Amino acid sequence: MTDDRPRGRALIELDRVEKRFDEVAALKGVSGSIMEGEFFSLLGPSGCGKTTLLRLIAGFDEPTRGAIAIDGKPMAGVPANLRPTNMVFQSYAIFPHLDVAQNVAYGLRRLRLGREETARRVEEALGMVDLAGYGKRAAHALSGGQRQRVALARALVMRPRVLLLDEPLSALDKKLREQMQVELRRLQRAVGITFILVTHDQEEALIMSDRIAVMFDGEIAQLASPETLYRRPVDRRVASFIGVMNFFDARVTGESAGLIELDVAGLGPVAIPPEQAPGGRNAAGTTVGIRPEMLTLLFSDTERAEHEVSGEVVDAVYYGDMTYYDLKLPGTERPATVSMRNTAGRPVLRPGDPARVGWGRESVILLA
Amino acid sequence: MARARGQGWLKGYAIGYLVFLYAPVFLLPIFAFNDSAIIAFPLSGFTTANFQQLWATDAMHGALVNSLQVAVAAAVISTLLGICAARASARYEFPGRRAIIGFIMLPLVLPEIIVAVALLVVLVQLGFALSLWTVVLGHVLVCTPFSIAILSSAFQNMDRSLEEASQDLGEGRMMTFLRVTLPLVTPGIVASLLIGFTISLDEFIIAFFLTGTEPTLPVYIWSQLRFTAKLPGVMALGCLLLVLSLALLCAAEYFRRRSARQTGSSGGYL
Repeated sequence: MTDDRPRGRALIELDRVEKRFDEVAALKGVSGSIMEGEFFSLLGPSGCGKTTLLRLIAGFDEPTRGAIAIDGKPMAGVPANLRPTNMVFQSYAIFPHLDVAQNVAYGLRRLRLGREETARRVEEALGMVDLAGYGKRAAHALSGGQRQRVALARALVMRPRVLLLDEPLSALDKKLREQMQVELRRLQRAVGITFILVTHDQEEALIMSDRIAVMFDGEIAQLASPETLYRRPVDRRVASFIGVMNFFDARVTGESAGLIELDVAGLGPVAIPPEQAPGGRNAAGTTVGIRPEMLTLLFSDTERAEHEVSGEVVDAVYYGDMTYYDLKLPGTERPATVSMRNTAGRPVLRPGDPARVGWGRESVILLA
Repeated sequence: MARARGQGWLKGYAIGYLVFLYAPVFLLPIFAFNDSAIIAFPLSGFTTANFQQLWATDAMHGALVNSLQVAVAAAVISTLLGICAARASARYEFPGRRAIIGFIMLPLVLPEIIVAVALLVVLVQLGFALSLWTVVLGHVLVCTPFSIAILSSAFQNMDRSLEEASQDLGEGRMMTFLRVTLPLVTPGIVASLLIGFTISLDEFIIAFFLTGTEPTLPVYIWSQLRFTAKLPGVMALGCLLLVLSLALLCAAEYFRRRSARQTGSSGGYL
């Protein structure tokens, strides 16, 4: 388990930030700190307020209530052009009437660096995004991935305190997107600038971020490291938004020796420590979650697990390296998903086959 | 088969339509170079005398200068008004936006004679003396809708995040307008200027009603038509105007398409 306490100095402080558009509340009081030099993600489904929050930090909109401070300075009334932030837009917003070098140099005009220094900084920024020598290219002659890099260079050349990225990879195809995820991460480590990424792609957020704020309906549901979000989600929404999660109905039956005793439908009784109830616990009807990779199929009679239960294969989806099974367990409505690595000698079961499922108590998460 | 026959009929219709529309226009240059005072076939011979005569007519020169002045003024004023209206309608939501734009576009469908007579009555009642400026006023009224139509698409097609990107990179509103907005809509502005100029140059009815002692070119041509002897000269003049109008329209369309391409829209016709 990683330590989730933010390290270093807070660069951006959000204090009960609210934003209303007419009568619609886009943000309902968001608080939190974003640390100097961290890769921070705002993750959530469309309409959760993540882009609104990014635009408030950038200064394109003002909060209805609450305050935003960057580097200790309150940002109320400070327009976008005077904030130490730069943005990579979802559409990239490359100026179509300028070439690549002019695009990158756009914001340097005000700094009056002189022709040579400007050219040097532009070339340096283009080098950072692997576009050295592309300066004379026309904007419309660029591919999607190149436009994205130009947008990145144009923002980085300003040496901002914070780089804001509004779904920068959503327009790229899968392969390029995966490559850029790794590259962005590497770039962020190299320049040491605070990155704030808005994304609806949970995998992208997990891969790239130091910390993630998962947002639903204008509120932060959980703010934690990727590992904590995956292993200790506070509630059902977070658990189902990040990765695949099996949900089981459960009942809290008691408490002894500091452990919470549960009766889980389809799996049976189990006792878990309070850390596995990160969202607190409700006494009555509640839910537990178990990740597919935490459940194990026991293929031979000699294999043993801490807890075992028998079921039947409903569906098997073969992915090459993995097989995903849907299992019907006694006393449950929904089939449970189990993922198994296809190691040598391990059979692939067919629908209708009986199966024994093993699980351990450390895999059970009690959800609020 | 039925479909093929239907297409054949359509093709014939289209050709007939184009001939009806443009054949008279092509007669203009033919008779302009004809060596006869009578506008009729058969042609009697080739001459450029009509053009030489035109060159020597001072009254025509005066009318041409008047027309150019009016056209430039009308094009510039209607484009400036168009920039304001198009920018406002593309960027801001305000009560009555559609109604206001609708009213501005009304002269497009209003018969010009009604606009002309109404303007004449109002101007006379207000005690304005008729002059080239009153013609400019009338022309601005009919040119502005065209300017707005062209400029609206230029403004609307522009990705809003381009202006935000400029602000994000440190420029204020004024510099953003000068460095991003204006260059991107410049082709639209040029197209609007050219269209306004062409419309004003060709316009007759409003000019006829609102002009004072100085006629514009179309009004001058109309006055010459009463004298049969002047007809070949008018033909020559018409021929020149035709070439000029076509050139301007082509230039306007070129710039309009470039604007559409630059702002990322598909283009198409006006």
